[in-house]
Amino acid sequence: MSGSGDVVGVILILIGAAISLISAIGNVRLPDVYTRSHAASKSSTLGVLCTLVGTLLYFVISDGYFSIRLILGIVFVFLTAPVAAHVICRAAYRHQVPLAEGTAQDELKDYYMENENIDNKNTDNKANLIEKEVKLQVTE
Amino acid sequence: MILETIMIIALCLLMLAILANLYRVVKGPSSADRVQALDSIGINLIASIAVYSVLLHTHAFFDLILLIGILSFIGTVAFARFIERGVVIERKR
Repeated sequence: MSGSGDVVGVILILIGAAISLISAIGNVRLPDVYTRSHAASKSSTLGVLCTLVGTLLYFVISDGYFSIRLILGIVFVFLTAPVAAHVICRAAYRHQVPLAEGTAQDELKDYYMENENIDNKNTDNKANLIEKEVKLQVTE
Repeated sequence: MILETIMIIALCLLMLAILANLYRVVKGPSSADRVQALDSIGINLIASIAVYSVLLHTHAFFDLILLIGILSFIGTVAFARFIERGVVIERKR
């Protein structure tokens, strides 16, 4: 069943699955929402792209079947996954989700305070979130 | 035979990735964490469907890859707008 040419697709699929697992481990272990988004968006996009390209190569080599739908899926995931991560990160920042403890500087803070007119209506929410983060770091 | 073994190993890796993201969905302190983890689960589901279609040696599921990609993106953007502004669709007054 498996010829010698299928090996390329199979190896790409295995590499993609391993990269997805690494991305999920980063999503569990990193300290705040922005670093988690960094792990989750970039490496899981790379993992799913490796898996889909491996699937495409497998079907091209073994069946001679070239799937336009798979090409569309690859292009769509490649375009939209970083955009979704960006939108989520911006929403989290404007909702004043706190950064990690060891953050050196916050360059967006002055910009948003001047231009976006975020007032103090979410301060109790922010305090709750800080309490939760502190509890989480203590329990870990 | 060895192809099936490798595909099942890849499916197990993807299952572990989905479980780790599910941990983040349950425990994430803010809602942005949960939305991010759900988006990542959607992307891992796309990869799982691709691996499973190789395992079954069929190309009937390729529509599903495109469909889950589009639905995951739309859901993530809608929930991000809800977190950011309080409404999903703004109406003109």
